[in-house]
Amino acid sequence: MKLDPKTPTGPVAAQWTKHKFDMKLINPANKRKYKILVVGSGLAGGSAAATLAELGYQVHCFCYQDSPRRAHSIAAQGGINAAKNYQNDGDSVYRLFYDTVKGGDFRARESNVYRLSEVSCNIIDQCVAQGIPFARDYSGYLANRSFGGALVSRTFYASGQTGQQLLLGAYSALSRQIGKGAVKMHTRSEMLDIVVIDGRARGIITRNLVTGKIESHVGDAVILATGGYSNVFYLSTNAIGCNVTAAYRAYKKGAGFANPCYTQIHPTCIPQAGDYQSKLTLMSESLRNDGRIWVPKNKGEKRAANDVPENERDYYLERKYPSYGNLAPRDISSRSAKEACDAGLGVGESGMGVYLDFRDAIKRLGQNVIKDRYGNLFEMYQRITNEDPYTVPMRIFPAPHYTMGGLWVDYNLMSTIPGLHVLGEANFSDHGANRLGASALMQGLADGYFVIPYTIAHYLAAHKLDGMTADHPEFKKAEAEVATRTKKLLSINGTRSVESFHKELGRIMWDNCGMARNKKGLTDSLKKIPALREEFWQNAKVLGENEEYNTTLERAGRVADFLEFAEVMCLDALEREESCGGHFREEYQTEEGEALRNDTDCCHVTVWEHKGENTKPQMHKEPLAFEEVKLVVRSYK
Amino acid sequence: MNLTLHIWRQKNANDKGKMVTYKAHDISTHMSFLEMLDVLNQQLIEKNIDPVAFDHDCREGICGMCSLIINGKAHGPWSATTTCQLHMREYKDGDEIYIEPWRSKAFPVIKDLVVNRGAFDRIMQSGGFVSVNTGSAPDANATPIAKEKADLAMAAASCIGCGACVAQCKNASAMLFVAAKVSQFANLPQGQIEKKARVQNMVAAMDREGFGNCTNLLECEAACPMSVSANFIAQMNREFFAAGIK
Ligand SMILES: Cc1cc2nc3c(=O)[nH]c(=O)nc-3n(C[C@H](O)[C@H](O)[C@H](O)COP(=O)(O)OP(=O)(O)OC[C@H]3O[C@@H](n4cnc5c(N)ncnc54)[C@H](O)[C@@H]3O)c2cc1C
Ligand code: FES
Repeated sequence: MKLDPKTPTGPVAAQWTKHKFDMKLINPANKRKYKILVVGSGLAGGSAAATLAELGYQVHCFCYQDSPRRAHSIAAQGGINAAKNYQNDGDSVYRLFYDTVKGGDFRARESNVYRLSEVSCNIIDQCVAQGIPFARDYSGYLANRSFGGALVSRTFYASGQTGQQLLLGAYSALSRQIGKGAVKMHTRSEMLDIVVIDGRARGIITRNLVTGKIESHVGDAVILATGGYSNVFYLSTNAIGCNVTAAYRAYKKGAGFANPCYTQIHPTCIPQAGDYQSKLTLMSESLRNDGRIWVPKNKGEKRAANDVPENERDYYLERKYPSYGNLAPRDISSRSAKEACDAGLGVGESGMGVYLDFRDAIKRLGQNVIKDRYGNLFEMYQRITNEDPYTVPMRIFPAPHYTMGGLWVDYNLMSTIPGLHVLGEANFSDHGANRLGASALMQGLADGYFVIPYTIAHYLAAHKLDGMTADHPEFKKAEAEVATRTKKLLSINGTRSVESFHKELGRIMWDNCGMARNKKGLTDSLKKIPALREEFWQNAKVLGENEEYNTTLERAGRVADFLEFAEVMCLDALEREESCGGHFREEYQTEEGEALRNDTDCCHVTVWEHKGENTKPQMHKEPLAFEEVKLVVRSYK
Repeated sequence: MNLTLHIWRQKNANDKGKMVTYKAHDISTHMSFLEMLDVLNQQLIEKNIDPVAFDHDCREGICGMCSLIINGKAHGPWSATTTCQLHMREYKDGDEIYIEPWRSKAFPVIKDLVVNRGAFDRIMQSGGFVSVNTGSAPDANATPIAKEKADLAMAAASCIGCGACVAQCKNASAMLFVAAKVSQFANLPQGQIEKKARVQNMVAAMDREGFGNCTNLLECEAACPMSVSANFIAQMNREFFAAGIK
């Protein structure tokens, strides 16, 4: 596997402009001869499909939900960054670039991050023109808020529903193209394989989730924008259907998987309440502006939160990180909460929680101000927990939330399979080892609206149209493989539910490849996961048939892929002998327990190449060079 | 607690379907309604009975995928709440719960509690957008927009497209859904240029899909999990009449 990042030469600030000029173009009249398959209709896929259709390409777009409007981008609450500097507070493209590289703990590619910052401004322009009702000041101009990891106010937002509004904007643009016949939309369709012919991605195999029909789709290029894989942990803030299937099947067909161990555990989620629980709910990070995080000083504290006197509370973030306090970055806050709970100081029935207390803020500002700022979040919290956060502190606990790892892509967003492009959370490119808040929405839309429309033309222009059809033996072969696998799942006839396998896998991953990892835990997991997978294929219970709407079968296919992918994650975590960003290896820490990065040996992207079933994948490295931003140790004390 | 559930079972679009009664055991009051159905499904799977199909994805009240008529009410008894956010503390041991799919000619049943809401997508395709190609936008702050207008547009835009408005309406009217989109754009300068064509095309598409007429019963507003206001229907009616005047 050759990893050529195709980074343009010259100063980072001029690279994208130069690259755009250097790339090949396709004559407008010829564009309609090319067919592009876009898998995913979230911010990344939706924006790409709409824009490519506007340009004249034939586009087919796929999603597993009943409508493209329901992709999980819809759930983002907080906001989207852009270097507009409307607040005149010293922001610039360069500063956004700098903050993002540093926030990612120096494990992202500078050239990509710079381009992301550069196009961030176009995104906001585009979204406003689409009629997205961003929050505004009384002056009528756009409002901003600040987010973690930045000293400027550059986050645009639409109530607490920014992701929803951005996605509905992309969905509107997509709907317009569907209405014109320029995009053919395939809903309730799950991609189960990709077809590579003569070394190029030429199509995909899907299963119609309503009828079970296995279908081939031929294209001149394929785009995957299928989101993240946090559901490998079973419980996460992702939607129930979020999966690694599309990315993982591409990996098995030769696409390199980059940094799979980089996952983000978000510090402020509602703790798990019971065994039956199916997902975790995020409470926006913005709450940490006014809430104070604490645990009791004494183990086994039985009193209600409000009865614990001040001198028996440990405001541990304020104590350990006096200058950032409750606004310490996500990776640090999450890890500290875990430490407190591991030490037996956790709160709530399960002991897996810490308090987020608004008592002092309400005293200082009054209940109305707090209600104004966080009213909808407080309501959501109360609906789920039946506790009133105005009078009793919230209980929060970290939860898997975002995956920085993903399919490896070059500067053109192309994977190691020529013709297969990967956008949004599904690729690995821009966030290094830790993503800053409000930057995933930015990346998804940057990739879809402003990067892929240019870079895909460059790829297509280099390849002649060849009249490929689904009758090609490779398509038939892939269809047969998908059908066989489905049949195999349905014929296991075991006694144990698919869900229980997923839960057990999640437990293994959370305990050993979650907030903190160590060699022993990872090595053990690398034994446990194959054993669990073996048992799955012997004993899973998958009812029903293929030719029907069969949710158990759907789920089983996804869990089967998680059961393989989890191993690659653990391998990656084991190989990365340092602590950086969301990846905290217990063996590598300073005396004060802070992350210890190793720039001498680990300043690279780790890329995994599939080498066949039950064979260890091959590791490759893309070295990272920091020419603009100096490598420094992050400190939040 | 233990519950008796009466659930609509329908194998596929061609099947006639019927209500079937199940007992659900060991339901905790902390569970969400859908987690209760998960538990029921696990119990059914153990007995080799096909689990009940229902739509869901985000389970945090924003994707609009979940549905269900629960004891006659779209999204169940809690106001401004989707089914996935309804929690079992609402119920007590021994309760009987009737669970049915959205009922509307325009939303045919796919299986059990799952319906096809493609009609909403097709209405959107007929005009639910501002025609701006990527790349041609002016600076975002070039046109200031009064905060009240922006907030009003946001209130309309918060619709999650779940279809509860249609399901609860005796006429199965889609007026609130269409009005929310029309009003979002009608309150913004970006939406002005196409406003006539938009409202006309979207209303025509709504009629084509077989949704019923609005007779101002306002059941839609009461059922809406996002509390989208029926005032937007009045705004849409004004837009529609204005569009007819040459
Ligand atoms: C609760 C929550 C809050 C967040 N808040 C913020 C925030 O405030 N700011 C921010 O910047 N980021 C936030 N994020 C992160 C951000 O929302 C996501 O990273 C981003 O939206 C992902 O977009 P996407 O287009 O890559 O993927 P998604 O939106 O997940 O879309 C994936 C698409 O792929 C399709 N798909 C998946 N698998 C298949 C398959 N096998 N076959 C066919 N189709 C498939 C799906 O149907 C869907 O259409 C948040 C994330 C969560 C979970
Ligand atoms: S499952 Fe998304 S709104 Fe209920």
